[in-house]
Amino acid sequence: PVPVCPLPLFLSFSFSFFPPLPGSLLPSRPLSHPFSPQAAMTKLGQWLCGLALLGSAWAALALAPPGLQPPAPLRQALLPLPVYLLVAFGCYSLATVGYRLATFNDCEEAAAELQEHIRAARADLRRRGLRL
Amino acid sequence: MAARGPERVSVLLPTYNERDNLPLVVWLLARTFSDSGIDFEIIIIDDGSPDGTQEVAQQLEKIYGSDKIVSCVFMPRKLFLFPSGTAYIHGMKYATGNFIVIMDADLSHHVRLDFMYCGKQKEGNFDIVSGTRYKGNGGVYGWDLKRKLISRGANFLTQVLLRPGASDLTGSFRLYRKEVLQKLMEKCVSKGYVFQMEMIVRARQLGYTIGEVPISFVDRVYGESKLGGNEIVSFLKGLLTLFATT
Repeated sequence: PVPVCPLPLFLSFSFSFFPPLPGSLLPSRPLSHPFSPQAAMTKLGQWLCGLALLGSAWAALALAPPGLQPPAPLRQALLPLPVYLLVAFGCYSLATVGYRLATFNDCEEAAAELQEHIRAARADLRRRGLRL
Repeated sequence: MAARGPERVSVLLPTYNERDNLPLVVWLLARTFSDSGIDFEIIIIDDGSPDGTQEVAQQLEKIYGSDKIVSCVFMPRKLFLFPSGTAYIHGMKYATGNFIVIMDADLSHHVRLDFMYCGKQKEGNFDIVSGTRYKGNGGVYGWDLKRKLISRGANFLTQVLLRPGASDLTGSFRLYRKEVLQKLMEKCVSKGYVFQMEMIVRARQLGYTIGEVPISFVDRVYGESKLGGNEIVSFLKGLLTLFATT
């Protein structure tokens, strides 16, 4: 018989593989995390593992035979969960890129300073004998 | 801390048709380094420019002395390898410094900030110090909304897929320890933007520490439409290759 609740086990493994967290939250130092063999596995490999774990957890719960189904409200939320997560990620992406675009600095003073430097450089180099 | 020999920074400048900008870059670098009291040398790696860049480089060598300026020629373009790491590998043979700075010779990297690299490197004893346009008061000048959007979007995609631990992967204004750069050069195989990305990704894999310094990228050549569909496609191909192989 299938173990009563493999879900916590799946989740604990999947969190170590869960890919799309922002880089600032996950310190990706090689060999420091006991459950994530980042030194050995490619990023693609990590994603596939993570997706396989999450996918099988989801399938085990959502598509379970009638005798082992979780309660009805949970099933109702569970079935469209992948789509919800995708949409949520899409919104997060748009919001993040939009925010970063809006806060992208325009270096006016750097450009002005550069112009000054160029003038000074040309004058000095001419004095030192550079023939342009 | 173990006693170190005198510190010297070697700047590698690959050039192609930079006859006008090269003297300005060299002058700015020389001034910045001497103002901060840092021993330096500049290695100009010319790719067989037809516009006389080599003559300008030789004149600069005479003006500043050949212990400060080394001018050499290496032509990866003939082998369709430009821009790539091969020019850097060639230039490193001449480098006598223990730190190496890589930057563009077209004045897009604002040299006033160069000395901060050495400050930052000392602060955290980093193996690599990378200039970032996306954090702190780093930024760009001369980009329109579309260009900025592409840049931010590409960077976001890179962060999600590669989780590199550095905010600006395609930037090319960086300081490396010499041994670190040599090690990375052996391992990196890509070209163009992707080469810069691969360096950081491999560096993380090998456990090197990376510090970041905000830089200003002053784009004066943007009017010539540098970012076409081709570049985007090759960037995506390179990103996916890195995703699948590292």
